[in-house]
Amino acid sequence: MALTPEKAKLLEKKALEIRRSVVESLIEAKSGHLAGALGMADIFAYLYFHALRHDPKKPDWEYRDRLVLSNGHICPVLYATLAHAGYFPVSDLKTLRKLGSRLQGHPHRDWLPMLETSSGPLGSGLSQAVGMALADRTDNGKTSDKQFYCLMSDGELDCGNSWEGAMLAGKEKIQNLTVIIDRNNIQISGFTEDIMPLNPLVDKWRAWNWHVQEIDGHNFVEIDRAIGEARAVFDKPSVIITNTIPSKGIPEFERKFEWHGKVPTSPEEVAVARRAFR
Amino acid sequence: MHDPELKLNPKIFDSDVEVRSAREGFGEGLLEAAALDKRVVGLCGDLTESTHMTAFKQKFPDRFVEVGVAEQNLVTVASGMAAMGKIPFAASYAVFNPGRNWEQIRTTICYNNQPVKIIGSHVGVSVGPDGGSHQALEDIAITRVLPRMVVISPCDAIEARKATVAAARTNDPTYIRLTREKTPIMTTDETPFEIGKARIFFEPAVNESKKGQLDVAIIATGSLLHNALKVARMFELNGKSVAVMNISTIKPLDQDAVIRLAHRAGAIVTVEEHQIAGGMGSAVAECLAANLPVPIEFVGVRDQFGQSGTPAELIELYGMGVSHITEAVNRVIIRKKA
Repeated sequence: MALTPEKAKLLEKKALEIRRSVVESLIEAKSGHLAGALGMADIFAYLYFHALRHDPKKPDWEYRDRLVLSNGHICPVLYATLAHAGYFPVSDLKTLRKLGSRLQGHPHRDWLPMLETSSGPLGSGLSQAVGMALADRTDNGKTSDKQFYCLMSDGELDCGNSWEGAMLAGKEKIQNLTVIIDRNNIQISGFTEDIMPLNPLVDKWRAWNWHVQEIDGHNFVEIDRAIGEARAVFDKPSVIITNTIPSKGIPEFERKFEWHGKVPTSPEEVAVARRAFR
Repeated sequence: MHDPELKLNPKIFDSDVEVRSAREGFGEGLLEAAALDKRVVGLCGDLTESTHMTAFKQKFPDRFVEVGVAEQNLVTVASGMAAMGKIPFAASYAVFNPGRNWEQIRTTICYNNQPVKIIGSHVGVSVGPDGGSHQALEDIAITRVLPRMVVISPCDAIEARKATVAAARTNDPTYIRLTREKTPIMTTDETPFEIGKARIFFEPAVNESKKGQLDVAIIATGSLLHNALKVARMFELNGKSVAVMNISTIKPLDQDAVIRLAHRAGAIVTVEEHQIAGGMGSAVAECLAANLPVPIEFVGVRDQFGQSGTPAELIELYGMGVSHITEAVNRVIIRKKA
């Protein structure tokens, strides 16, 4: 599906709405993870409003594409996107992290059955997406057109489980699996290259026999081209390393690892965050 | 004396009783379950031969996934397959599965409510010469604490086969623990098996004159059930009434059966090839402390790691032999009278 300039404009508008909802829900929740959620808003807008085969009225539609959010802590952006896509009322976003809410602090299928998996503990999403694609292969063969997406953080590439999944996907040449990495260079305690260096990241994925692309994660034309290329690769799984800006959209908070695991709470911080998306 | 309806192996006390390993039984059960239900898939961590998955792999190559020496991957891939409607059996040694990958089992299988069947082979000190690193003694404790997890500990190869087939029919996350060593066959193909059901494998003859009251009841799980049966028979010859219950499903525990038995006996000995802390005996104690407190003696491993040796040497050294169970019965009789 071609990305027309009009569609790109619409996606920009959706991404702004999603970011606004992320900030409002986190201000209301008074805790959570801001930076990654804002950084991935463009990717979420692109996937749910352009690329994914899905139906908000039929969340369990068998032929839907599968999206696994491995780094569950950025769930405010998933919740906001699902709400704006029509899965549940946008007003539910105010209940994030509150007692009895379907919007748990980290995603839980018990509460939100439309999720493909529960997540939060890092490093296990890719293997689940690999398992889903392998199960689909036993039923529909290697030419299945169902797409499997796994969204990961760069920080969770510290986990051995992530690379175990990557090795198996490379071995099995899972052509309909695309991993999208949020390369924002931060994790909860600092910059990734200080905590546990990941570079050369492109070489690492190539070494496990993946098709690797590196793009600007805030540019819809680049995102669209990369997803198109990933789907066209038929002999290996694909990874798209999307360079993103943590806390994207709030200039005062951008690129600061301190905003990985917190949210605006003081009146000044709340004012800064709200002003950015007015 | 056995309940004839249980149709136990008539050679159960013979010196030439057939011996087979529980892992063999699992391999047969997996083949049977896979033939019955095409949703059944198998995953293994480079231990296909050792976990007896080779026949399954050969017969159903498209339904088998080799993940290599990567137990965290083993169960998370299995979780993903279950999310697509499969019934995955994920097998390795129990030290690694559910040992090394416990958090992945918690989050992606139990928390996620996926019907993955965790197969942990090589449990207990009877693993033998491989040594303590490979002798899982903590697996019951770490699985039965997980919400939704069903925990099964078959007593012999036949029960392992039946447990595997039965587990494939449920949507519950399930752990099945298996011995490496060949152990006596106590049941037959006709012996009833049901997940969640405990059964009395030995009723002392002397008990009839006491209106069903027992001196002691032994509750055993796994292959040590055979030692427990031998002990009960010796007490019977000496005029003491000791019954033996086989608990093959540790969770959910057959609480009614345990309470009824404790009511008849007033004193319990539990027997398992596992740490005493957190094992089957602990599950029995939790049940009885809340419902019918009676003295309990625990036969199992006492907060130690194993070592290399023959299975028989190690069972004796770590206090789980016939003499140890006998002593435990005598101790609990004294405590009951006190």
